[in-house]
Amino acid sequence: MNITLKIWRQKNGNDKGSFQTYQLADVSPDMSFLEMMDVLNEKLIRNSEDPVAFDHDCREGICGMCSMYINGRPHGPLRGVTTCQLHMRSFKDGDTITVEPWRADAFPVIKDLAVDRSSFDRIMSAGGFVSVNTGNAQEANNILIPKEDADMAFSAAACIGCGACVAACKNASAMLFVSAKVSQLALLPQGRVEAKERVMKMVAQMDEEGFGNCTNTYACEAECPKLISVENIARMNREYLKAQLT
Amino acid sequence: MSLTKIFTASIGRKLAMGITGLFLISFLVVHCSINALIFVNDGGETFNRAAHFMATNPVIRTMEIVLFAGIIWHIIQSLILTRMNQKARSIGYAVSGADANSKWYSRWMGLLGTLILIFLIIHLRHFWTGARFTGLESGTVLIDGHEYDDMFGEMKIVFSQGWVVIVYTLGMISLAYHLMHGFQSAFQSLGINHKKYTPAIKTIGMLFSLIVPLVFAMMPMAVYMGWIG
Repeated sequence: MNITLKIWRQKNGNDKGSFQTYQLADVSPDMSFLEMMDVLNEKLIRNSEDPVAFDHDCREGICGMCSMYINGRPHGPLRGVTTCQLHMRSFKDGDTITVEPWRADAFPVIKDLAVDRSSFDRIMSAGGFVSVNTGNAQEANNILIPKEDADMAFSAAACIGCGACVAACKNASAMLFVSAKVSQLALLPQGRVEAKERVMKMVAQMDEEGFGNCTNTYACEAECPKLISVENIARMNREYLKAQLT
Repeated sequence: MSLTKIFTASIGRKLAMGITGLFLISFLVVHCSINALIFVNDGGETFNRAAHFMATNPVIRTMEIVLFAGIIWHIIQSLILTRMNQKARSIGYAVSGADANSKWYSRWMGLLGTLILIFLIIHLRHFWTGARFTGLESGTVLIDGHEYDDMFGEMKIVFSQGWVVIVYTLGMISLAYHLMHGFQSAFQSLGINHKKYTPAIKTIGMLFSLIVPLVFAMMPMAVYMGWIG
Protein backbone atom coordinates (compact mmCIF):
# COMPACT_ATOMS: atom_id res chain seq x y z
CA MET A 1 0.00 0.00 0.00
CA ASN A 2 1.06 3.56 -0.66
CA ILE A 3 0.02 5.96 2.04
CA THR A 4 0.26 9.72 2.36
CA LEU A 5 0.48 10.87 5.96
CA LYS A 6 -0.34 14.34 7.18
CA ILE A 7 1.10 14.41 10.66
CA TRP A 8 1.02 17.15 13.28
CA ARG A 9 4.60 18.10 14.16
CA GLN A 10 5.28 20.26 17.16
CA LYS A 11 8.71 20.52 18.78
CA ASN A 12 7.41 21.20 22.27
CA GLY A 13 4.63 22.86 24.22
CA ASN A 14 5.78 26.33 23.25
CA ASP A 15 6.16 25.59 19.55
CA LYS A 16 3.25 26.58 17.31
CA GLY A 17 3.34 23.34 15.33
CA SER A 18 2.12 22.50 11.85
CA PHE A 19 1.25 19.59 9.60
CA GLN A 20 3.99 17.79 7.70
CA THR A 21 3.27 15.49 4.80
CA TYR A 22 5.09 12.17 4.40
CA GLN A 23 4.85 9.53 1.70
CA LEU A 24 5.17 5.93 2.73
CA ALA A 25 5.45 3.15 0.13
CA ASP A 26 5.14 -0.63 0.55
CA VAL A 27 3.01 -0.48 3.67
CA SER A 28 1.72 -3.95 4.50
CA PRO A 29 -2.03 -4.12 5.15
CA ASP A 30 -1.21 -6.45 8.06
CA MET A 31 0.83 -3.80 9.88
CA SER A 32 -0.75 -2.16 12.86
CA PHE A 33 -1.05 1.60 12.67
CA LEU A 34 1.78 1.97 15.17
CA GLU A 35 4.00 -0.41 13.18
CA MET A 36 3.36 1.78 10.16
CA MET A 37 4.43 4.76 12.30
CA ASP A 38 7.55 2.81 13.30
CA VAL A 39 8.38 2.30 9.62
CA LEU A 40 7.94 6.03 9.04
CA ASN A 41 10.18 6.84 12.01
CA GLU A 42 12.91 4.46 10.83
CA LYS A 43 12.80 6.17 7.48
CA LEU A 44 13.03 9.59 9.15
CA ILE A 45 15.97 8.44 11.31
CA ARG A 46 17.78 7.08 8.23
CA ASN A 47 17.35 10.50 6.65
CA SER A 48 18.66 12.15 9.85
CA GLU A 49 15.26 13.71 10.51
CA ASP A 50 13.50 13.94 13.84
CA PRO A 51 11.20 10.93 14.31
CA VAL A 52 7.55 11.54 15.16
CA ALA A 53 6.91 11.37 18.90
CA PHE A 54 3.87 9.31 19.84
CA ASP A 55 2.78 7.44 22.95
CA HIS A 56 2.62 3.66 22.97
CA ASP A 57 3.35 0.87 25.39
CA CYS A 58 1.64 -2.52 25.47
CA ARG A 59 0.50 -2.51 21.84
CA GLU A 60 -2.21 -5.00 22.73
CA GLY A 61 -5.02 -2.60 23.53
CA ILE A 62 -4.93 -2.65 27.31
CA CYS A 63 -2.57 0.05 28.54
CA GLY A 64 -4.26 3.18 27.23
CA MET A 65 -1.07 4.86 26.09
CA CYS A 66 -1.66 5.19 22.35
CA SER A 67 -3.57 8.30 21.54
CA MET A 68 -3.79 9.35 17.93
CA TYR A 69 -6.61 11.32 16.37
CA ILE A 70 -6.81 9.67 12.97
CA ASN A 71 -8.87 11.20 10.17
CA GLY A 72 -11.01 13.11 12.62
CA ARG A 73 -11.58 10.28 15.08
CA PRO A 74 -9.72 9.16 18.21
CA HIS A 75 -8.07 5.76 17.64
CA GLY A 76 -9.19 5.85 14.01
CA PRO A 77 -12.24 4.54 12.19
CA LEU A 78 -12.95 1.27 14.02
CA ARG A 79 -15.31 0.85 16.94
CA GLY A 80 -14.00 -0.39 20.28
CA VAL A 81 -10.39 -0.44 19.16
CA THR A 82 -7.23 1.37 20.28
CA THR A 83 -4.78 2.79 17.73
CA CYS A 84 -2.37 -0.08 18.36
CA GLN A 85 -5.05 -2.59 17.40
CA LEU A 86 -5.98 -0.70 14.26
CA HIS A 87 -4.46 -2.23 11.14
CA MET A 88 -3.58 -0.73 7.81
CA ARG A 89 -6.15 -2.99 6.14
CA SER A 90 -8.73 -0.53 7.48
CA PHE A 91 -7.37 1.95 4.95
CA LYS A 92 -7.15 1.88 1.18
CA ASP A 93 -4.12 2.05 -1.08
CA GLY A 94 -3.44 5.69 -1.92
CA ASP A 95 -5.26 7.05 1.15
CA THR A 96 -4.21 10.28 2.79
CA ILE A 97 -4.36 9.88 6.56
CA THR A 98 -4.36 12.91 8.84
CA VAL A 99 -2.96 12.28 12.31
CA GLU A 100 -3.40 14.83 15.10
CA PRO A 101 -2.74 14.77 18.84
CA TRP A 102 -5.63 14.73 21.35
CA ARG A 103 -6.86 18.32 21.48
CA ALA A 104 -7.78 19.59 24.92
CA ASP A 105 -6.27 22.34 27.01
CA ALA A 106 -6.16 19.86 29.88
CA PHE A 107 -4.02 17.60 27.64
CA PRO A 108 -1.21 19.93 26.52
CA VAL A 109 0.98 18.70 23.67
CA ILE A 110 4.40 17.52 24.86
CA LYS A 111 5.75 16.85 21.40
CA ASP A 112 4.15 15.96 18.06
CA LEU A 113 1.40 13.45 18.84
CA ALA A 114 2.26 12.89 22.50
CA VAL A 115 0.13 14.78 25.00
CA ASP A 116 0.39 15.17 28.75
CA ARG A 117 -2.48 13.26 30.33
CA SER A 118 -1.37 13.72 33.93
CA SER A 119 -4.61 15.64 34.55
CA PHE A 120 -6.24 12.19 34.60
CA ASP A 121 -3.73 11.06 37.21
CA ARG A 122 -4.55 14.07 39.37
CA ILE A 123 -8.27 13.28 39.11
CA MET A 124 -7.50 9.72 40.25
CA SER A 125 -5.35 10.97 43.11
CA ALA A 126 -8.21 13.19 44.22
CA GLY A 127 -10.40 10.22 45.08
CA GLY A 128 -10.29 7.37 42.58
CA PHE A 129 -9.36 4.77 45.14
CA VAL A 130 -10.58 2.89 48.19
CA SER A 131 -8.68 3.64 51.40
CA VAL A 132 -7.77 0.42 53.14
CA ASN A 133 -5.69 -0.43 56.14
CA THR A 134 -2.88 -2.68 55.14
CA GLY A 135 -2.92 -6.24 56.36
CA ASN A 136 -3.99 -9.59 55.06
CA ALA A 137 -6.55 -9.64 52.31
CA GLN A 138 -9.79 -10.91 53.74
CA GLU A 139 -11.64 -13.97 52.51
CA ALA A 140 -12.96 -13.09 49.06
CA ASN A 141 -16.50 -14.24 49.70
CA ASN A 142 -16.95 -12.34 52.95
CA ILE A 143 -18.71 -9.57 51.09
CA LEU A 144 -21.35 -10.88 48.73
CA ILE A 145 -21.89 -8.78 45.63
CA PRO A 146 -24.77 -9.30 43.22
CA LYS A 147 -23.55 -10.55 39.85
CA GLU A 148 -25.20 -7.65 38.02
CA ASP A 149 -23.40 -5.05 40.17
CA ALA A 150 -20.11 -6.86 39.76
CA ASP A 151 -20.60 -6.92 35.99
CA MET A 152 -21.39 -3.21 35.84
CA ALA A 153 -18.41 -2.38 38.04
CA PHE A 154 -16.20 -4.53 35.84
CA SER A 155 -17.33 -2.93 32.62
CA ALA A 156 -16.71 0.53 34.12
CA ALA A 157 -13.30 -0.66 35.32
CA ALA A 158 -12.44 -1.63 31.74
CA CYS A 159 -11.62 2.08 31.17
CA ILE A 160 -7.93 2.32 30.32
CA GLY A 161 -7.78 6.09 30.78
CA CYS A 162 -6.56 6.76 27.25
CA GLY A 163 -8.47 10.02 26.93
CA ALA A 164 -10.28 9.19 23.68
CA CYS A 165 -13.51 10.39 25.33
CA VAL A 166 -11.98 13.82 25.89
CA ALA A 167 -10.54 13.85 22.38
CA ALA A 168 -13.88 12.89 20.81
CA CYS A 169 -16.03 15.26 22.86
CA LYS A 170 -16.75 18.58 21.19
CA ASN A 171 -16.41 20.15 24.63
CA ALA A 172 -13.27 18.22 25.61
CA SER A 173 -15.21 16.88 28.57
CA ALA A 174 -13.70 14.16 30.74
CA MET A 175 -16.99 12.98 32.16
CA LEU A 176 -16.93 9.51 30.61
CA PHE A 177 -13.53 8.82 32.15
CA VAL A 178 -14.37 10.30 35.55
CA SER A 179 -17.77 8.61 35.63
CA ALA A 180 -16.24 5.22 34.83
CA LYS A 181 -13.78 5.66 37.69
CA VAL A 182 -16.51 6.87 40.05
CA SER A 183 -18.79 4.00 39.00
CA GLN A 184 -16.33 1.14 39.30
CA LEU A 185 -16.07 1.92 43.00
CA ALA A 186 -19.56 3.29 43.70
CA LEU A 187 -21.11 0.03 42.52
CA LEU A 188 -19.23 -2.08 45.05
CA PRO A 189 -19.74 -2.18 48.83
CA GLN A 190 -16.04 -1.53 49.45
CA GLY A 191 -16.32 1.70 47.47
CA ARG A 192 -19.60 2.88 48.97
CA VAL A 193 -17.93 3.97 52.22
CA GLU A 194 -16.17 6.91 50.57
CA ALA A 195 -18.61 7.33 47.67
CA LYS A 196 -19.81 10.84 48.54
CA GLU A 197 -16.43 12.29 49.22
CA ARG A 198 -14.97 10.57 46.17
CA VAL A 199 -17.43 11.92 43.62
CA MET A 200 -17.21 15.46 44.97
CA LYS A 201 -13.42 15.48 45.00
CA MET A 202 -13.02 13.88 41.60
CA VAL A 203 -15.55 16.21 39.97
CA ALA A 204 -13.92 19.23 41.63
CA GLN A 205 -10.51 18.14 40.31
CA MET A 206 -11.98 17.49 36.85
CA ASP A 207 -13.36 21.04 36.80
CA GLU A 208 -10.10 22.47 38.07
CA GLU A 209 -8.15 20.76 35.29
CA GLY A 210 -10.21 22.72 32.77
CA PHE A 211 -12.11 19.93 31.03
CA GLY A 212 -15.36 20.96 29.35
CA ASN A 213 -18.90 20.04 30.28
CA CYS A 214 -20.89 17.10 29.04
CA THR A 215 -23.66 17.98 26.59
CA ASN A 216 -24.70 14.38 26.06
CA THR A 217 -23.72 14.04 22.41
CA TYR A 218 -22.45 10.57 23.40
CA ALA A 219 -19.49 10.87 21.01
CA CYS A 220 -17.35 9.57 23.91
CA GLU A 221 -19.24 6.29 24.15
CA ALA A 222 -19.09 5.84 20.38
CA GLU A 223 -15.32 6.39 20.28
CA CYS A 224 -14.29 4.67 23.52
CA PRO A 225 -12.00 1.75 22.72
CA LYS A 226 -13.40 -0.06 25.75
CA LEU A 227 -17.03 0.82 24.93
CA ILE A 228 -17.61 2.44 28.32
CA SER A 229 -21.30 3.31 28.55
CA VAL A 230 -22.70 6.80 29.14
CA GLU A 231 -24.87 5.16 31.80
CA ASN A 232 -21.84 5.80 33.96
CA ILE A 233 -22.17 9.55 33.38
CA ALA A 234 -25.78 9.41 34.57
CA ARG A 235 -24.61 7.42 37.60
CA MET A 236 -21.96 10.03 38.35
CA ASN A 237 -24.58 12.79 38.05
CA ARG A 238 -26.78 10.87 40.51
CA GLU A 239 -23.91 10.22 42.88
CA TYR A 240 -22.88 13.86 42.72
CA LEU A 241 -26.38 15.13 43.36
CA LYS A 242 -26.84 12.68 46.22
CA ALA A 243 -23.51 13.69 47.71
CA GLN A 244 -24.34 17.38 47.48
CA LEU A 245 -27.87 17.15 48.82
CA THR A 246 -27.27 14.79 51.74
CA MET B 1 -19.84 21.88 50.15
CA SER B 2 -22.64 24.42 50.14
CA LEU B 3 -25.86 24.09 48.18
CA THR B 4 -25.04 27.07 45.98
CA LYS B 5 -21.90 25.27 44.87
CA ILE B 6 -24.07 22.65 43.14
CA PHE B 7 -25.08 25.01 40.39
CA THR B 8 -21.63 26.38 39.71
CA ALA B 9 -19.86 23.02 39.30
CA SER B 10 -19.87 21.39 35.89
CA ILE B 11 -22.46 18.77 36.79
CA GLY B 12 -24.62 21.38 38.52
CA ARG B 13 -24.79 23.51 35.40
CA LYS B 14 -25.86 20.47 33.41
CA LEU B 15 -28.47 19.87 36.07
CA ALA B 16 -29.74 23.43 35.69
CA MET B 17 -29.98 22.98 31.92
CA GLY B 18 -31.91 19.74 32.42
CA ILE B 19 -34.33 21.08 35.01
CA THR B 20 -35.09 24.29 33.09
CA GLY B 21 -35.30 22.28 29.86
CA LEU B 22 -37.88 19.90 31.28
CA PHE B 23 -39.79 22.84 32.74
CA LEU B 24 -39.88 24.50 29.33
CA ILE B 25 -41.03 21.20 27.84
CA SER B 26 -43.91 21.12 30.33
CA PHE B 27 -44.82 24.63 29.16
CA LEU B 28 -44.88 23.41 25.57
CA VAL B 29 -47.43 20.77 26.51
CA VAL B 30 -49.75 23.36 28.01
CA HIS B 31 -49.24 25.92 25.24
CA CYS B 32 -49.72 23.34 22.51
CA SER B 33 -52.85 21.84 24.07
CA ILE B 34 -54.53 25.22 24.56
CA ASN B 35 -53.68 26.47 21.09
CA ALA B 36 -54.73 23.22 19.46
CA LEU B 37 -58.26 24.25 20.46
CA ILE B 38 -58.32 26.37 17.31
CA PHE B 39 -58.73 23.09 15.44
CA VAL B 40 -62.17 22.73 17.06
CA ASN B 41 -62.97 25.11 14.20
CA ASP B 42 -65.79 26.99 15.94
CA GLY B 43 -64.65 30.44 14.91
CA GLY B 44 -62.18 30.50 17.77
CA GLU B 45 -64.80 30.47 20.55
CA THR B 46 -63.32 27.58 22.56
CA PHE B 47 -59.83 28.88 22.02
CA ASN B 48 -60.69 32.43 23.06
CA ARG B 49 -62.30 31.17 26.25
CA ALA B 50 -59.23 29.09 27.05
CA ALA B 51 -56.93 31.99 26.24
CA HIS B 52 -58.99 34.20 28.54
CA PHE B 53 -58.64 31.67 31.34
CA MET B 54 -54.89 31.55 30.82
CA ALA B 55 -54.65 35.34 30.78
CA THR B 56 -56.63 35.87 33.95
CA ASN B 57 -55.85 32.90 36.21
CA PRO B 58 -53.47 34.05 38.96
CA VAL B 59 -51.63 30.70 39.04
CA ILE B 60 -50.96 30.91 35.32
CA ARG B 61 -49.92 34.55 35.65
CA THR B 62 -47.42 33.61 38.35
CA MET B 63 -46.15 30.72 36.25
CA GLU B 64 -45.61 33.16 33.41
CA ILE B 65 -42.98 34.92 35.51
CA VAL B 66 -41.41 31.57 36.46
CA LEU B 67 -41.45 30.65 32.77
CA PHE B 68 -39.53 33.77 31.76
CA ALA B 69 -37.09 33.13 34.60
CA GLY B 70 -36.70 29.56 33.35
CA ILE B 71 -35.98 30.68 29.79
CA ILE B 72 -33.47 33.27 30.97
CA TRP B 73 -31.75 30.79 33.29
CA HIS B 74 -31.60 28.20 30.51
CA ILE B 75 -29.99 30.77 28.20
CA ILE B 76 -27.53 32.14 30.76
CA GLN B 77 -26.36 28.65 31.76
CA SER B 78 -25.98 27.67 28.11
CA LEU B 79 -23.85 30.75 27.44
CA ILE B 80 -21.63 30.07 30.46
CA LEU B 81 -21.30 26.38 29.48
CA THR B 82 -20.52 27.24 25.86
CA ARG B 83 -17.82 29.66 26.97
CA MET B 84 -16.30 27.07 29.32
CA ASN B 85 -16.44 24.40 26.65
CA GLN B 86 -14.73 26.59 24.11
CA LYS B 87 -11.98 27.32 26.62
CA ALA B 88 -11.50 23.60 27.20
CA ARG B 89 -10.26 23.21 23.62
CA SER B 90 -8.61 26.41 22.45
CA ILE B 91 -6.88 24.66 19.53
CA GLY B 92 -9.29 22.62 17.46
CA TYR B 93 -8.84 19.73 15.07
CA ALA B 94 -8.02 20.05 11.38
CA VAL B 95 -10.22 17.11 10.46
CA SER B 96 -13.58 16.39 12.08
CA GLY B 97 -15.17 12.97 11.99
CA ALA B 98 -17.91 13.96 14.39
CA ASP B 99 -20.72 12.76 12.10
CA ALA B 100 -19.50 9.22 12.70
CA ASN B 101 -19.93 9.42 16.46
CA SER B 102 -22.80 11.78 17.21
CA LYS B 103 -25.94 13.36 15.79
CA TRP B 104 -25.43 16.78 14.22
CA TYR B 105 -28.27 18.32 16.21
CA SER B 106 -26.72 17.18 19.49
CA ARG B 107 -23.65 19.23 18.58
CA TRP B 108 -25.55 22.29 17.35
CA MET B 109 -27.86 22.86 20.31
CA GLY B 110 -26.55 26.40 20.75
CA LEU B 111 -27.36 27.35 17.18
CA LEU B 112 -30.78 25.67 17.32
CA GLY B 113 -31.46 27.44 20.61
CA THR B 114 -30.50 30.78 19.09
CA LEU B 115 -32.88 30.19 16.18
CA ILE B 116 -35.61 29.33 18.66
CA LEU B 117 -34.85 32.51 20.60
CA ILE B 118 -35.14 34.61 17.44
CA PHE B 119 -38.44 32.90 16.69
CA LEU B 120 -39.56 33.46 20.27
CA ILE B 121 -38.89 37.20 20.13
CA ILE B 122 -40.89 37.49 16.88
CA HIS B 123 -43.62 35.32 18.37
CA LEU B 124 -43.87 37.32 21.60
CA ARG B 125 -44.03 40.53 19.58
CA HIS B 126 -46.88 39.04 17.53
CA PHE B 127 -49.08 37.91 20.38
CA TRP B 128 -47.78 38.42 23.89
CA THR B 129 -46.96 42.13 23.94
CA GLY B 130 -50.31 42.91 22.34
CA ALA B 131 -52.33 40.73 24.68
CA ARG B 132 -50.48 41.93 27.77
CA PHE B 133 -49.66 45.57 27.11
CA THR B 134 -50.52 47.33 23.89
CA GLY B 135 -53.86 45.73 23.09
CA LEU B 136 -54.70 43.39 20.25
CA GLU B 137 -55.18 44.58 16.70
CA SER B 138 -58.18 42.28 16.50
CA GLY B 139 -59.77 43.91 19.56
CA THR B 140 -62.33 42.00 21.58
CA VAL B 141 -65.13 39.61 20.84
CA LEU B 142 -68.44 38.90 22.61
CA ILE B 143 -69.05 35.30 23.63
CA ASP B 144 -72.27 34.59 25.62
CA GLY B 145 -72.46 38.22 26.63
CA HIS B 146 -68.86 38.30 27.96
CA GLU B 147 -66.14 40.34 26.36
CA TYR B 148 -62.98 38.39 25.52
CA ASP B 149 -59.70 39.36 23.90
CA ASP B 150 -59.94 38.07 20.33
CA MET B 151 -56.75 36.02 20.29
CA PHE B 152 -58.13 33.93 17.47
CA GLY B 153 -58.76 37.05 15.41
CA GLU B 154 -55.17 38.13 16.11
CA MET B 155 -53.97 34.76 14.85
CA LYS B 156 -55.92 35.25 11.65
CA ILE B 157 -54.35 38.68 11.13
CA VAL B 158 -50.78 37.57 11.89
CA PHE B 159 -50.98 34.31 9.98
CA SER B 160 -52.41 35.94 6.86
CA GLN B 161 -48.83 36.91 5.99
CA GLY B 162 -46.84 34.31 4.07
CA TRP B 163 -43.45 35.21 5.59
CA VAL B 164 -44.84 34.67 9.08
CA VAL B 165 -45.94 31.16 8.15
CA ILE B 166 -42.43 30.44 6.82
CA VAL B 167 -40.68 31.90 9.88
CA TYR B 168 -42.96 29.97 12.24
CA THR B 169 -42.38 26.74 10.32
CA LEU B 170 -38.60 27.24 10.45
CA GLY B 171 -38.87 28.06 14.15
CA MET B 172 -40.74 24.80 14.74
CA ILE B 173 -38.18 22.79 12.74
CA SER B 174 -35.48 24.26 14.99
CA LEU B 175 -37.57 23.40 18.03
CA ALA B 176 -38.06 19.82 16.81
CA TYR B 177 -34.33 19.20 16.49
CA HIS B 178 -33.58 21.01 19.77
CA LEU B 179 -36.07 18.75 21.51
CA MET B 180 -34.84 15.58 19.81
CA HIS B 181 -31.59 16.02 21.66
CA GLY B 182 -32.81 18.01 24.65
CA PHE B 183 -35.63 15.76 25.82
CA GLN B 184 -33.58 12.64 26.50
CA SER B 185 -30.48 14.67 27.34
CA ALA B 186 -32.28 16.36 30.24
CA PHE B 187 -33.00 12.99 31.83
CA GLN B 188 -29.39 11.90 31.40
CA SER B 189 -28.18 15.11 33.06
CA LEU B 190 -30.52 14.50 35.97
CA GLY B 191 -28.90 11.10 36.37
CA ILE B 192 -31.85 9.16 35.02
CA ASN B 193 -30.47 6.42 32.83
CA HIS B 194 -31.90 2.99 33.31
CA LYS B 195 -31.98 -0.08 31.14
CA LYS B 196 -35.76 -0.34 31.48
CA TYR B 197 -36.77 3.32 31.29
CA THR B 198 -34.23 5.01 29.05
CA PRO B 199 -35.45 3.35 25.82
CA ALA B 200 -38.97 4.52 26.71
CA ILE B 201 -37.73 8.05 27.47
CA LYS B 202 -35.94 8.14 24.12
CA THR B 203 -39.03 6.95 22.23
CA ILE B 204 -41.34 9.36 24.02
CA GLY B 205 -38.80 12.14 23.48
CA MET B 206 -38.63 11.46 19.78
CA LEU B 207 -42.43 11.37 19.43
CA PHE B 208 -42.79 14.51 21.50
CA SER B 209 -40.15 16.29 19.39
CA LEU B 210 -42.02 15.46 16.21
CA ILE B 211 -45.64 15.82 17.30
CA VAL B 212 -45.56 19.04 19.34
CA PRO B 213 -43.68 21.18 16.77
CA LEU B 214 -45.81 19.66 14.02
CA VAL B 215 -49.05 20.62 15.79
CA PHE B 216 -47.64 24.11 16.39
CA ALA B 217 -46.52 24.45 12.77
CA MET B 218 -49.96 23.39 11.56
CA MET B 219 -51.53 26.42 13.27
CA PRO B 220 -50.16 29.22 11.04
CA MET B 221 -50.41 26.88 8.07
CA ALA B 222 -54.06 26.03 8.71
CA VAL B 223 -55.02 29.67 9.24
CA TYR B 224 -53.08 30.84 6.17
CA MET B 225 -54.55 28.17 3.94
CA GLY B 226 -58.04 28.90 5.27
CA TRP B 227 -58.56 25.38 6.63
CA ILE B 228 -59.97 26.90 9.79
CA GLY B 229 -61.79 30.17 10.13
